[in-house]
Formats: sequence, C-alpha cells, structure tokens
Amino acid sequence: MLKLENISLKIDGNPLFSRLNLEVNAGQVTTVMGPSGCGKSSLLAHLCGTLPSVFQTSGKIILHDRTLDNLPPHERKLGILFQDDLLFPHLSVGENLAFALPAKIRHQERRDKIEQALEEIELSGMYERDPASLSGGQRARVALMRTLLAQPEALLLDEPFSKLDQELRGRFRKQVFAHAVKNRLPTLLVTHDPADAKAAGGDILSL
Amino acid sequence: MNNIFNFNSATESGAMSKTLNFFIITIFFLLLGSFSVYGNSWEDISKKAKGQTVYWNAWGGSEEINAYISWVGSRVKEDHGVTLKHVKLASTADAVSRVLAEKAAGRSSNGSVDLIWINGENFAKMKENGLLFGPFTENLPNFKLVDFSGKPTTLIDFHMPVEGYEAPWGMAKFNFVFDSARVSETPKSIPELLQWSKRHPGRFTYPHVTDFLGSTFLMQALIELTENPEVLNSSVKSKAAFSKVTAPLWNYLNQLHPLLWRSGKSFPASISVQQQMLNDSELDIALSFNPSDTSAAIANGSLPESARTFVLKKGTIGNTHFVAIPFNSGSSEGAIVVANFLMSPEAQMQKQNPDIWGDSTVLSIAKLSAQDQQKFKALPLGVATLPPEKLGPTQSNPHPDWKNQLDAEWQRRYGQ
Amino acid sequence: MATTIRTVSLLPAFPILTQLLFLLPIAAGLFGVLLPALGYLPDLGGNQFHFEIFSQLLEHPALPHAVWLTLFSGIIATILSLSLAVLLAAMLSRESLTGNKKNKKTSLFAIIRRGLIPLIAVPHAAMALGLAFLVAPSGWIVRWLSFLFMGWETPPEWVTVQDPFGLSLIFGLVLKETPYLLLMILAALQQIRAQEYIRIGQSLGYGNSLSWLKLVLPQVYPLIRLPVFAVLAFSLSVVDVALILGPTTPPTLSVLILRWIDDPDLSFRFLASAGAVLLLLLTLGSLIFWRFSEWLIFQKCRNWLSNGKRGNVNEVHNLAALSGSLLLGTAFLSLLGLAFWSLSLRWPYPLVLPQRWTSRNWERHWSSLQETAFTTLEVGVITGIIALFLVVGCLENEQWRSVRFSLRSQWMLYLPLLIPQATFLLGIQILAVRMEMDGTFLLLVWSHLLFVLPYIFLTLADPWRNLDARFPKIGQCLGASPLRILFHIKLPLLLKPLLVAAAIGFAVSVAQYLPTLFAGGGRFATLTTEAVSYAAGADRRVIGVYGFLQALFPWIALLLALAIPRWRFRNRAALL
Repeated sequence: MLKLENISLKIDGNPLFSRLNLEVNAGQVTTVMGPSGCGKSSLLAHLCGTLPSVFQTSGKIILHDRTLDNLPPHERKLGILFQDDLLFPHLSVGENLAFALPAKIRHQERRDKIEQALEEIELSGMYERDPASLSGGQRARVALMRTLLAQPEALLLDEPFSKLDQELRGRFRKQVFAHAVKNRLPTLLVTHDPADAKAAGGDILSL
Repeated sequence: MNNIFNFNSATESGAMSKTLNFFIITIFFLLLGSFSVYGNSWEDISKKAKGQTVYWNAWGGSEEINAYISWVGSRVKEDHGVTLKHVKLASTADAVSRVLAEKAAGRSSNGSVDLIWINGENFAKMKENGLLFGPFTENLPNFKLVDFSGKPTTLIDFHMPVEGYEAPWGMAKFNFVFDSARVSETPKSIPELLQWSKRHPGRFTYPHVTDFLGSTFLMQALIELTENPEVLNSSVKSKAAFSKVTAPLWNYLNQLHPLLWRSGKSFPASISVQQQMLNDSELDIALSFNPSDTSAAIANGSLPESARTFVLKKGTIGNTHFVAIPFNSGSSEGAIVVANFLMSPEAQMQKQNPDIWGDSTVLSIAKLSAQDQQKFKALPLGVATLPPEKLGPTQSNPHPDWKNQLDAEWQRRYGQ
Repeated sequence: MATTIRTVSLLPAFPILTQLLFLLPIAAGLFGVLLPALGYLPDLGGNQFHFEIFSQLLEHPALPHAVWLTLFSGIIATILSLSLAVLLAAMLSRESLTGNKKNKKTSLFAIIRRGLIPLIAVPHAAMALGLAFLVAPSGWIVRWLSFLFMGWETPPEWVTVQDPFGLSLIFGLVLKETPYLLLMILAALQQIRAQEYIRIGQSLGYGNSLSWLKLVLPQVYPLIRLPVFAVLAFSLSVVDVALILGPTTPPTLSVLILRWIDDPDLSFRFLASAGAVLLLLLTLGSLIFWRFSEWLIFQKCRNWLSNGKRGNVNEVHNLAALSGSLLLGTAFLSLLGLAFWSLSLRWPYPLVLPQRWTSRNWERHWSSLQETAFTTLEVGVITGIIALFLVVGCLENEQWRSVRFSLRSQWMLYLPLLIPQATFLLGIQILAVRMEMDGTFLLLVWSHLLFVLPYIFLTLADPWRNLDARFPKIGQCLGASPLRILFHIKLPLLLKPLLVAAAIGFAVSVAQYLPTLFAGGGRFATLTTEAVSYAAGADRRVIGVYGFLQALFPWIALLLALAIPRWRFRNRAALL
C-alpha cells in the first residue's frame, strides 16, 4: 500500500498544494488530475526523491511499512514511467532491460529473464537491437518492461500515454494496468486526459 | 682580484706574452694547491661517480652538438656507469639563474644542475657569487694534457682567472662566413667591411647583442677601431673614458647600420639564425665563432657547398669554453668524471672532427701519445676551414666590464 | 546504502579541492613576484620595500616601445580573431540552416569548418614555426612567387617575419585563436536555439546574415565573453609565439621579461619582477578597456538593432569565404612546410621543394624523440586524467546538490588564463625552489593542471549540464546508485564530449611552454620545449621534426576522441 500523509509542496514560499492525503492499495490505480502547472508531476518527483531543492516539502510518504522520505531515490523501489520512453540511447534493447534487473540475478538466469521479458512484450530476439530503430509502441513497451524488471513496490505514471497515437494509447494503457494488477502494485497515475482516468477505474483526485 | 692577471694579449705572439704565460701557469698551479677543496683521489671520485645521474645544462640549439653530447653520454655510461642527461638550454643564463635561485632559497645540496657549459660573463657571475664547486680540475688525469701555454685562455676566461673552477672543453675563434658563389672579394678589416657593405647594402648583419656573438662583434670592431686597444684589458675607468674609447665604434656603427639587413632596424636573434639566413641567400656574409663550424654545416646540409670562411688581417677574438659544476650539485663526482672524459683525447678528437662537430681541441698535441698525435693529424680539416697558419693572430676578449657597458650603450642607441 | 551517502556527501569536496589547487599557486605566484618588484628579495640583497625598481623600469629605454607593441599586437589580434570567428560562425549557421548542398560556397564553408576546428589542437609554437618559414622573405610563398613569376635570385628585402610592428605575430595569433573562438561560438549557439531566432528574423524579412548579427550575436556574445577575455590575456602575454614571430628590437614585454630573467646579471630579476607586475596591470587594464568598449559598442548599436533596416549583405559572405580559406590554407601550408623540412637534407633558396630528401633527421633524433614524446604523453595524459576527475566531480556536485558553480568560482577557474603566465609562474618558481619542489613531476603536472583544467571545464560543462536530466532520474528510479548512474549512464552518454574535452586538455598540456620550463626546472623536456629551443638553433630540418610531431600528437588525440564514440556507438542511431 502506498500512503501519502499531509504532503505539502511549496516553491519559493508559494504553495502548489498542501496537506494532500492519499492511500493507494495494491493493484489499484489512483488518478491525480489537474491543469498543467498544478504540481502533479512535481508530486511524482517528490515521491521519487528527485525533486530539485528549490521546492520545500513536508509530509510523509509510506510504502508498505517503509517511510521513504529520508531514503535516496534509488532505494525507494518506486517504478516510474514518463511521457517519453527515455530508453538509454547508448544501450541495446536488451541492455536497457538488464540495467533495471537487480544485480543479484546473474549469468544465464539474467539472460533468460531478459529473453523472457522480451517475449512478453512481443520483441523476442531483439536483445541486440538499437532502441532508436524501434517503433513508438515497441519503445513504450520496452520502457514499461524496464520499469517492472527493477522489481518496484509501487508504480508511478507521469502521463505515459499522452505522446502515443489514439489506437496505440488504448492498447498500451491496458497493458500497463494489467501489469499493475498482476504484480499487485499500488499505482499512481498523473494525467490531464479524462479518458486515462476513466480507463484506470480507481479513485480520482483533482489538484 | 683579477686585475693581477692583466696581460697584453691583443697580440698573442711575442716573447712578452710567453713569459707571461709561464708566469700565469706557475701562479695557477700554486693557487690550485692552496685552494683545492677536493682532496679525494681519482679512484675515490670514479668509484663514487658510478650510478650517479648528471644533469648537464648545455645550449641545445645545434643538432650536431646535441648528437655529440649524447655520444658522450653513451661513453661515460659505458666507462664509468654515469648517466648523462642533456638539459637543452635556450641560453646558458637560464641555468645560471636557476642555480642562483637555488642558492637564494638556501638549497645547498641536490641542486637541479650538475654540470654546465659555460664561459666568460656567466662564469664570472657564478664564481663571484660563490655558485661554483671546486677547484676540481687539478686531480683530473686528462687535465694535464691541456695546452696551457699555447692556449692561455684555458686559464684566464675573459680576464677572470679560472683557478680550477671550470674545465676547458673547446676553443673558439671569431671568423666570418660567406657564400663564395655570390661573394668574390672579402673584407680584410673592420673598415673594409663598411666599404663592402656600401657596395652590397642589406647583405650583411650581425646578431642582436643579447647573443654573445653580437657583443663579440662589437668588441671585435672596437679593438680594431679604438686608438689604444690596451685599455680594453682592464675595467672601464670612468664614463668619460668609456665615451672616449668607444666613440670611433659608434661613429662606425652609425655609418654601417643603414647598410645592414633591414637597414639595421632589426637584428637576427643568434648566429644560428644568421647561418640559416646565409643558407637562404638572405645574407652574403655571416659570423661564426668556430673556424670549422662552416665545414660541419656544409657536411650536414645547413650551408651550401660554396660556403667559405675568412678572418681579419689584424686577427680576431678567440676564447675557450668550459664546463663547470654548481656548488650544490648532488652528483659532483659524476660531473667530474664527465668533465675529465670531455678532455680525453678520444672525446676531443671526436669533437674536432668536422663531420661531427668541428670544435677545436684544448689539448696540446705534443703532450699526447704518438698514436693519438697521429690520429689528430689525420683528422680532416674540412672544406671551408682555414688552416691554422691562415687563421691569423688571436686577440683576447676585452675585460667583461667593456662587454656589459657596450651592450647597455648599444641597447640605448639601437635597441628601440 | 552507507557508501552511496558517502559518495554524494564527498562531492562538495571537489569544488573546494579544485579551488585550493588553483588559489594556492596563483596567490603564491603573485606574491612571489610582487615582493621582488617592490625591492624585497633578501636572497639577492633586497631587504627594503621601495618603488625605485618601478621608476627604473619606466626609465628603461626599451620599455615604451615594448609596451606599445604588446598592447597593439594583443588587442589587434583579439579583435581580428573575434571578427573572423563571428563572420565564419554566421556563415556556418547559415549553411546548416539552408542545407543547400549544391551551393559551391556552402561546401567551401563545410571544408573550412572541418579544417579549422582541428587546428585548436595544434600547439601555438608549431603553428608559429611553420608560419615563420611560410612567410619569411626566403620562405615558401616567396619561393613559389619567384619560381612562377618573378625569378628572384636573392630573396626580396621584405620585412615579414619578426617585423617591427608585430604583424606576423598578430597573424600567427589570429591563425590559432580564430578556430578556438569559432568553436566556442558554435558551442554557445547550441544553447540559445539560434536557428529559431534566425527563422523568425527571416520571416520578418531580415536576411540571413543580418538576422544572425541582430538577433543571435547579442545573445551569443555574453556566453563567449570569458573565452574572448582568455584570448586577449593570452595574446598580450604570449611568449613562445612572440619569440618565434615577434619583433626583436625591442620585443614584446613578455619576451623582454624573459630576457631579464635570463640575464646573468641577477639584479635584473628585480626588473623582471617589476615588468611582470606591469604586464599584469596592462592585462587587467586591457580587459577593463575591452569590457568598456563592449558596453559602448552595444549602446551605439542599440538603435541599429531595432531600426528596421532589412536586406542582406553578400559581400560579407565573400569576405568570410575568403578569410576562412586564407586561414585554413595558411595553417595547412605551415604544417606541410614543417613536414617537408623534417624530410629534407638540403632545401636552399629558391627551390620550392627540397633538393634532397632524407629520413636522416628523423633517424638521428629517434631516441631522443622517443624520450621526449613519452614525457609529453605522460604529462598530458596524467594531467588530463586528474583534470577530468576534478571537473566531473565538480559537475556531479552541481547536479546532485543542485548548486550551480557560482560565477565567482567560475571566474577563479579561469584566472590562470587571464593572468599573464610570466607573472605568476615566476613567483611560483621562486617559491618552489624554496620548498624543494622545483623540477619535480608533481609540480610539473600541477602547473599544467592550471591551464588544462579550465579548458576541460569549459568544454565539458555545457554538454554535462545539458544532458537530459531524466536519464539519471529514471536510472535512480530503477534502483541505480549515483556511482552506477555516473559510470553506466552519464559517462557513456557523454562519451564524445568527454573524450573531446580530454583531447583538448591534452593539447593544452602539450602546448605549454613557460610552465614546463619554469616548473620542470629544465629537467623535463617535452616536444614543445624542444621545438622552441631548437627554434633558437634555427635548423629548420630539426624544427620540422619536433614541430611536426608536436602538432601531430594533439591532432591524433582529437581524431581518436571523435572516432572512438563513432565506433563505440556505430549501432546506436540516436548517438551518431
């Protein structure tokens, strides 16, 4: 369960929002909506711990029974998907996935896991491929799989569907939510598209 | 104290100077005995030298000389286990000021300079400032082979008694270089040089006085032009005396300069630059301080086959160059071993060979073994080198005082 | 977890360490030169402070002319380099805008660009040595003229190299500084979306070049002010180029100072110190003068910017093409001349090609070349690695702690480039001798670092800051530690700028003459010190060997820096 207690965000003393309380249960998708500039992406950055220091924050972030506030970003176990796929351009498709996979999985098992993941996103045999040579939909799926392979305990979605075309968007949305449910991940979706919120099916919070 | 050693060597020949030479040698050995701080035997020295690294600071502008120095390096490594490193200087003064800076900073051991190619003003400076190690030459086996009587400048360096603080290495003598393909008749005196320049404007120049040969040219002209050259052997007595003695020189230069390369508005930085200009046909006459230099330059392609040398009827300035050891060298034994090797018949012969360097020996051929004498005689003279009988009399450098004041006055008059 | 916290919390040490490494020697150097200038140097008998040395300096007969020469050559060289660089940058951005491959001039600019940029890697001394032969009265140009048209038996009595006005010195400086400023402008252009402004200008009816001048240049200039200042300071205080190309009677102030330092009469050291202080004042004065002129020009041009006059100037285009080709051609021929000399046995006037070719020059110098080349490589590589380590540390500190390197500390980083080398290196030498550090490898690397690090910082900072911040962020969210992000994401993504920065740092190290001479205590011979000392000997064949190799080394480094990322990422379309 992902729990936000009394979260406030200020920039240069001006509050973006204050005393936000939220609980997301495992496998559930909660949507945060609002116009651009309301601070919804900053909220996700705050959860990840990557918010620039010009922001002042207060409140508490609890994931399962861990308090995240004082943890460095890479120890928070929060997976995030952005609008852009952000595949590392210097790594191959398979290496992008391997980057996310925990180091304790080694040797053949590592390779097997990645092949298996590639198969799951219908890209089998594409380990060595240059990410730049993939289609937009393929890249989105690799980004999703990369996030999941890091074995996150919650999923944050920062408008990940907004750049995809209409047809692709529906399909990819379904895949993402299916994975969230299957892995029992509490999921927080940030969007300004009501269709996304509707498809998510969970609580909707407006900022 | 160097006034004691004033002697007239403007004309070296004559009974007078022979007596003087003898006198000097006697005094010299007496001095050596009393001043020697180095009591160790040659065996001790060469034992200690083994394994030492000697940083030899020497002008690095000539590839022939650099090649010769690296040959010396391989030989002392072979014979004595001394590693020789040539620190190539753009100017000897670099090393002098470095040693001084070290002394100023209180570093009395392990200095960065172990051996230094030096003479004249730089030597005087170092000796006066107590920057030199020694006397060290007395015990050196090869020192005894040096031609003290025939080459008195091996004992008196620019009027400064050497007193064992530097080891003679080579002989130099002022001479002119010309391209015989373009020049048919050469001037035989300083006034004739002016006449020649009138007929060939822009085809002659001399180096800037910051180069030692630039000031040597001034002194050469002064010796010939001034009424009483004997006064040049002692220090400058007064400003008025300086003006009076040098007036003919400035008068001469005022006439000469408009006829020089670039109308005397700028001067080449060194004789090497001048040699290049002669090679490029930018000049017809250049200067040199080594009578066999030109042959060596022809051999390695730096000058045309038609390059030749000439000297002045009344003689030209000659001197000796040396190696000295700074007071704070950490490898003085190694440096001594190198200095001794430099005076060996083998090294001197190699050096005198115009195909290698062509620098005249400081040794007395008569003191060598029959075999070495034979080898020296067999050395080629070089196509452009004048035989000894045609080299003319050797004049000694005026007192360094004159050099300094001439340089300064030249800078004031023409340096801007 | 503890280790990651530690890595990040260690980061603030980087800027502090870097600043210390810089402040210490500079402060010491300035101090060490100011005291003797005021008469205090007990080792030489100076125990009292007084201003007599300065009056002695001001009365020195060579001084007024030397000062005039220094200011004239330094300022004119900077104005010319900047103008040419701006002109060329304007033409280059026009070319990339139109993308018109058929236009002949366009492809000419492509050649100029590809040719000029690598020139930044060629050491000043090598370029100056090559140029000296090219333009000498008996040089290559005259030989060709003589061969083709004039038939001169002896060289014309032209005053080219070492001319009294320092024109050849200015030319030599422009040859080197224009490519550098051009590169700086091109890098700055990427920060300000220049193409979009030009498009807007064009849509408003302004011609291409005019849009560039009115819209882009005012934005670019503040970004390249520091490099321009560095060029100005360098041109005012340069030693090696002035030794080779500059006038001799009298020389520029920096060379005069060097002569005084070298004078066997040690009391000249006081004069040299006072001269070094004067050089510093002249440099600072020139920088202030320059800044004031900038402001004045901007005020005068305000009206011009918005007066609505449109149109385009084609002459500018031709002028750029001409000057760009001239620069490139001169540089190319200078280096080619060096290469030819290194392979010639005899090459007398008026032959346009060597009379006899030989490999002797290379063979004779082979063993000493190996040693010298190795020292050069060793110093360059070690200095480069240390500088990269510090620069990356500072930049990481900036990013992880969200602090921007303050403007003040950034200026401090460039201090060694703005203060005349002769000024503080003389002071450092005096101090180093006291501490028995002179002639040590450590001091040599340290002194090179002072000049290498600013250039590496200058080259690397912008690409580093402009890297899409979401890459490291997503790496964090995938559980990667800061160190892992650095090594697996940032460094590979920034491989090209990283290697280019390293290559430039290496080139800067290779080119250092005075620092090597002063800090190395003469014990470390690099290709540059050898080339300059052989320049005194004037044997062009040997100069050719050392000069050519000196130019070749950094050039190969730059080539590798460009080739390695290409090869490494040959299968990564987004990075090509």
